[in-house]
Amino acid sequence: MESWALQAAATLNAGTVLALAGLGLLINERAGIVNLGAEGIMLMAAFAGFATGVHTGSDLMGFLAGGAMGAVLAATLGYLVIWLNANQYATGLALSLFGSGFSAFAGIKYTQEKLGPRPHFEIPGLSKIPFLGTALFKQHPMVYLAIALAVVIAWFLYRSRSGLVLRAIGENPESAHALGYPVRRIRLAAVVTGGALCGLAGAYLSVIYTPLWVEGMVSGKGWIALALTTFATWRPGRILLGAYLFGGVTMLQFHLQGQGVQIPSQFLTMLPYLATIAVLVLISRNPAWIRANMPASLGKAFFPEG
Amino acid sequence: MRPSRTSLLCKLVACTAVAATAFIGCDKKKEAPAEPAKPQAFKVAFAYVGPVGDGGWTFAHDNARKALEKELGDKIQTTFVEKVPEGADAERVFRDLASQGNTLIFGTTFGYMEPMLKAAADLKNVKFEHATGYKTAENLRTYDSRTYEGAYMAGVLAGGMTKTNTLGVVGSIPIPEVIRNINSFTLGAQSVNPRIKTKVVWVNAWFDPPKETEAAQSLLNQGVDVLMQNTDSSAVLQAAEKAGKYGIGWDSDMHAYGPKAHLASAVANWAPYYIKATKDAMEGKWTTGKAWWGVKEGAIDLVSISDKVPADLKAKVEKVKAGLKDGSHVIWQGPIQDNTGKEVLAKGKVADDEWLGGIKFFVKGVDAKVPGGK
Repeated sequence: MESWALQAAATLNAGTVLALAGLGLLINERAGIVNLGAEGIMLMAAFAGFATGVHTGSDLMGFLAGGAMGAVLAATLGYLVIWLNANQYATGLALSLFGSGFSAFAGIKYTQEKLGPRPHFEIPGLSKIPFLGTALFKQHPMVYLAIALAVVIAWFLYRSRSGLVLRAIGENPESAHALGYPVRRIRLAAVVTGGALCGLAGAYLSVIYTPLWVEGMVSGKGWIALALTTFATWRPGRILLGAYLFGGVTMLQFHLQGQGVQIPSQFLTMLPYLATIAVLVLISRNPAWIRANMPASLGKAFFPEG
Repeated sequence: MRPSRTSLLCKLVACTAVAATAFIGCDKKKEAPAEPAKPQAFKVAFAYVGPVGDGGWTFAHDNARKALEKELGDKIQTTFVEKVPEGADAERVFRDLASQGNTLIFGTTFGYMEPMLKAAADLKNVKFEHATGYKTAENLRTYDSRTYEGAYMAGVLAGGMTKTNTLGVVGSIPIPEVIRNINSFTLGAQSVNPRIKTKVVWVNAWFDPPKETEAAQSLLNQGVDVLMQNTDSSAVLQAAEKAGKYGIGWDSDMHAYGPKAHLASAVANWAPYYIKATKDAMEGKWTTGKAWWGVKEGAIDLVSISDKVPADLKAKVEKVKAGLKDGSHVIWQGPIQDNTGKEVLAKGKVADDEWLGGIKFFVKGVDAKVPGGK
């Protein structure tokens, strides 16, 4: 029983990186901009967060540095695709390649570094509840922040006026422009916010989750987060569920191995990717389902007339 | 407008790709300054699979290269090429190194086997040394270290320190070397505590820290209180540190990464072999063969044993180390059973190197099955 509670806790933790990045990309895409640079942004932020953590000794500064790095890189992408109308897919891929290469280059000196003792958190009182305490209430604050963010973003998108404007821009930027909304600036704000969240996810990975820096350590989580937005049909709550599902599969594969269940571990390693493909196929088979939520202007350039 | 922008974009992408290739491509660095005044310096080259800053495998090889330079001074000149991919590209690197006048070339990963064989067949005046391989030629020999001896000594510590009698190993790739290490770790633990069970989780990578963390976490969740790993990063030790359990350093001294959790580090030291091989080549004594060095030759050691280890347990480990050094302690001596109860090594029989090289089963006490095995 205790082992399953620990397993649940590990799943929540594993899903947090995906949830943060996925929510960031959701905001991006709701405004009509695809950011294929997520993997590179997360790597750069993981490096920036770790390096800052090493120099300042503060995790918080590490998170801030990661978020800032994400915001700056996303702003660059935003300028290229929103003002210069560069192809979003090519620009995003270029950013991803750049981020992987540059973080590896800049991080050479940090592969031997280490952070101070890692903090341990638990919520007083609640963490004493049998099973649930271990499963839910002994997490890093960032785990709860990811859940709170999903709630806030859901409220923002569906209950606030600004959220309505953001969604309108993602659906039909020309109309929003005609109504007098500054489409480009709002899109940039969405891209920067999304980048900052991807950055935060990267920093969580290198500062808390696996507290060290090595090149390529994000190892595909940026791409899974991108797939997650489609998997979740652009809904914040489903992003959260999807993130924990993928996190759960990752943890389950090791758990089953440890229990001596004879499933080839290579098969389990590929499961999260298989799940992504399966969902993509499923929702693509039903055009009504995908169209109901997919921002109509996603990936398309916007040229304001006049 | 559109076509021209697209073509511009294509060019941009192409340029980026070229630049990226140049950027990612092997970085060649000369350590010793080139001194034309001393053309007689013996030139030795190293090809590494990873970056020298990986903190594990390649890092250990590069430290040994530095030790070699220190030992032989200006009689030699060393060069290294890092991040040489396993495969056809490696052959070009070997030929290039030979054309620059290197007469002794070390390749430090298994995947260089075929490229080295091909280069060696043409370049008869160059001596090739291949780490962890099994194919040789008249000017190509292999070398490796008995990492399982380090695993065994770590196992003795783990067996003495565990409270749950459950040890865990994060495995990389289920090849005989890694399986042998897991078995030796378990045999070491059983030598002080017969009730030991070892759980194994595979990550199918040599180097994937987040995955190593997850694998370690899942072992801890199942009651493991001493972790070992046959992967290249310090992630598993750090997971143990975070959970307040014990861990073992692997390949290099990882004490600093988890000062509370760290029981000891099983390290490989390649320097003695590099020094011997270079001297062989310089003195014309080089002949082909297979070298497999361990504690006896100073290639394997257990270092930085924690203060938490009680004195009597520490004494046991030191005794084992001394025994491995003078040859009186034999790890793989029968009777040994596999974990289905079948006897794999009869009583009193000592395993030879060929037998050790083909281990594809887990010994009794390992609570797992070899992937792909029966």
